[in-house]
Amino acid sequence: MFFPLPDDSKHSDRARDRFNEAWHRMFMAVINAVKLVLVAASILLLYLWLGPAMEGWFQGPTPLTPQQEQAMLDARAERASDAGQEKIEDGIHVATGLKIAEGWELVRTTCTACHSAALVTQNRATYEGWEEMIRWMQATQGLWDLGDTEPRILEYLANNYAPDETGRRANLNVEEIEWYILEL
Amino acid sequence: MGAALGAPVVFGRYFPPGMIPAGLAYADAPFQIPGKHPGLVVLNDRPVNAETPPHLLDDRLTPNDLFFVRNNGLPPRESTIDPSTWTLTIEGESAERSLSFTIDDLKQRFTNHTYQLTLECGGNGRSEFNPPAKGNQWSTGAVGCAEWTGVRLKDVLNEVGIKADAVYVGYYGRDTHISGDAEKVVISRGVPIAKAMEDETLIAWAMNGKDLPLYNGYPLRLVVGGWPASCSGKWLSKLVVRNQVHDGPKMTGQSYRVPCKPVPPGTAVSDDEMCIIESMPVKSLITYPKTGASLRLAQSLPIRGHAWAGDRKVGRMEYSIDFGQTWQECQLEEPANRLAWQHFSANIRFPQTGYYEVWARATDDSGTAQPMVLPGWNPRGYLNNACHRIAIKVV
Repeated sequence: MFFPLPDDSKHSDRARDRFNEAWHRMFMAVINAVKLVLVAASILLLYLWLGPAMEGWFQGPTPLTPQQEQAMLDARAERASDAGQEKIEDGIHVATGLKIAEGWELVRTTCTACHSAALVTQNRATYEGWEEMIRWMQATQGLWDLGDTEPRILEYLANNYAPDETGRRANLNVEEIEWYILEL
Repeated sequence: MGAALGAPVVFGRYFPPGMIPAGLAYADAPFQIPGKHPGLVVLNDRPVNAETPPHLLDDRLTPNDLFFVRNNGLPPRESTIDPSTWTLTIEGESAERSLSFTIDDLKQRFTNHTYQLTLECGGNGRSEFNPPAKGNQWSTGAVGCAEWTGVRLKDVLNEVGIKADAVYVGYYGRDTHISGDAEKVVISRGVPIAKAMEDETLIAWAMNGKDLPLYNGYPLRLVVGGWPASCSGKWLSKLVVRNQVHDGPKMTGQSYRVPCKPVPPGTAVSDDEMCIIESMPVKSLITYPKTGASLRLAQSLPIRGHAWAGDRKVGRMEYSIDFGQTWQECQLEEPANRLAWQHFSANIRFPQTGYYEVWARATDDSGTAQPMVLPGWNPRGYLNNACHRIAIKVV
């Protein structure tokens, strides 16, 4: 045993057993506490390592930054393109000049069936303004009923080709002017 | 087809056979209009619309390859045009009879005339309107003045005979609607009898001594100087003498019309309150130098350009280098003939170094001048004759 035995009597035997039991419980409690600390430390380390990635599990999808969204749309458009003939640069579909955004393919296939996409990209209007243009094309230019694609087309147009407030007359666009030395 | 476009062709069943969707028609090379200068700014390639930057309008007469293009539909294919068999038919409820002429008939049976005539699109300057107006967003370049050769419309009308109740002359051309629908008339406008009977209103086959360019109406067109260029029908095949205001496509509704009474910007105006545009307003362009010129303080700056005033003559031409606070006189030439644009020039000295804008302002012979800001807003964005501005740096 680990300690001097008291007198050999039943009474002292019971006392020794109780003592041993108490000591053992204390010893196990310490072991368990150490285990707990180790487990907690492991969880903490695991959290520090993976935490930011795990947050998403509890928060649902993180909204993409506009850049990420653009990149995703560009990538999608490029996947859909035909053997790389469809160049996308800076979020613009090079061949048509249309901005790559939700609904652009729909606008492309619908609008360019009759006219150039340039007629879209050079114009600016509100949702209602674009709707009026569609009504005019339907009344006079033979445009068909766009059915349930119409709101998606209008959303794209209103979001990507909205009017600017230019006042009674805009400044000359000094940024765009190509300055040159005039030979006189 | 859908696979190549990367999206299904919505309502593909409506697609006319033999037509290529514009989305597929593009190549990587920038669109180049056959017979036209590469410096033109293409606003739209289906239908073709292109304008001339101001510095490329510096010639006294606009060369054929630099003359702006405003097409509502698709021109006839050049290979299908035979000028020796092309005919012009005159008919209509107010014509005494129906008569057809070949181009040779016109050349031989009527006195030929040559005039310098200014054509400007009614929507020239549309891009500046606020709120914006729909359509091709022309900046300043939907204008030109060429020397046109043809016969007087009035000589031909008199040969056919017009009834006393005649009100309007409308045109039809051989262009095709962009939908590909062969039955659909692209555009059929015209002018009142009085304008049709003016000496300068021509049925023309030549521009600056050469055949008309395909995109400007080859082989035959109307030329009605000073009025919206849409009055001057291209690929001309038929004229109708009407006993009412002509009601062809783009004569009615809101097309080539402005509110009869002025309205605040952004107003919705009903069709019955819209009036047909007749004479274009007074306007001018600085064609030299190109905007963005930098010069030294010791130098003086020569400027030049053209001014026109619809049915009227330009009476006065001025420039300002202080944002319209003071105006200096330009030299202004007489027009070569009625409805021709007039040339102006001046020599400018700047008081100190810095950023300047040269503004040009023409005044017609009735005393009406170009505004410095946008003129009256109208739903379709016509008649912007705000003064032209170029940027100059003096160092």
